[in-house]
Amino acid sequence: MLAHSIFFYTFSLIAIISAIMVTVSKNTVHSVFFLILDFISISCLFIMIGAEFLGMIMLIVYVGAVAVLFLFVVMMLNVAQQKNQWFSSEGSSKHIPIGLIISTIIFFELIIVIGGWKFKPDLVTSMSLTIDQNISNTHSIGYILYTDYIHVFQLSGMLLLVAMIGAIVLTFRQRTGVKRQSYFNQISRERADGVEMIEVPRNKGVKVDD
Amino acid sequence: MIDIGLGHYLTLGAMIFTIGVAGIFLNRKNVIVILMSIELILLAVNINLVSFSIFINDLTGQIFTLFILTVAAAEAAIGLAIIVVYYRNSSTVDVEKIDSLKG
Repeated sequence: MLAHSIFFYTFSLIAIISAIMVTVSKNTVHSVFFLILDFISISCLFIMIGAEFLGMIMLIVYVGAVAVLFLFVVMMLNVAQQKNQWFSSEGSSKHIPIGLIISTIIFFELIIVIGGWKFKPDLVTSMSLTIDQNISNTHSIGYILYTDYIHVFQLSGMLLLVAMIGAIVLTFRQRTGVKRQSYFNQISRERADGVEMIEVPRNKGVKVDD
Repeated sequence: MIDIGLGHYLTLGAMIFTIGVAGIFLNRKNVIVILMSIELILLAVNINLVSFSIFINDLTGQIFTLFILTVAAAEAAIGLAIIVVYYRNSSTVDVEKIDSLKG
C-alpha cells in the first residue's frame, strides 16, 4: 500500500508539473515534449491502477501518433521561433486575471463536487458489466468491445476514416504550371497530328507557327 | 493520505482539467498550444472515467475512454490540418493576429 501511494504521488506530481509546463513554456517544441511526458506518466498511472490495456493504447496512440504529429507540425511551421510570451504581453493583458479567476472557480467547483460525493451502496451490486478478476483486462475489454459495443466500434472507425479524408483534402495542394509527362497523350498521338506535308513555294519558304 | 482512493484520482483529474482550461484562457500567442491544452482536458476526462471504472468495478468507463481516445486523435489530426492550411495562407499562427472574423 505504501509503494502504491509513493508511485501515485510521484507520477501525479510529474503529470501536474509537466501539464503546467505545457502551457507556460516559451518554446513550443518544449511544450510538445512536456505533453509527451504528461501522457507517459498518466499511462503509468493507468497501468498501476489496473487498466493495462488503456495505458498501453494511450502510449501508442498519444505518444506514438498524436504527439509526433504535433512535433511535425511545430517543426514544419517554424513557430518555435515565435516566442510564447503571454506573461509579458504588452497592451492587452486583461485576459490573464480573468482567465486565472475563471479557472480557479472551475477547480474549486470540481473539488466541491468530489468532496461531497458518495457511492450509493446498491450501485456496485447493480452493475451489468462487472470486471471479472479471473481474466486479464485486455480479455475482458475484448469480450465486451466486440459484442456489446460493436456498432459504436464500427462508428469510431468511420470517424477515423472521415478525419483522415478531411485532413488529406484540407492540406492537398494542386500546383498549377508544373509540366508533367502524360503517357496517355504520348501513346495516343497519331502520325496525322504530328507530321504535315507542305508544298514549299519557291523563293518564299514556309512560316512555321508554334 | 497513505491510502489512495477514488478521491485522489479525481483530484488529479480536476487539477489537470483546470490547467488545460487555464492554458486555453491565458495563451495568446500560439494556436498549437491551445490544441495541446485541449488534449490535456481530454486526458483529465480519461483519468476520471478510468478511475471510476476501476473503483466501482464496471468496465463501461474503460470502453468509453477508448472512444474518447479515438475522437481525440481525429480532432488533433483535423485541427493540425486546419492550422497548416491557415499558416500556408497567412504565414502566421499567432492568436492575436487571427482576427479576420472580428467585426
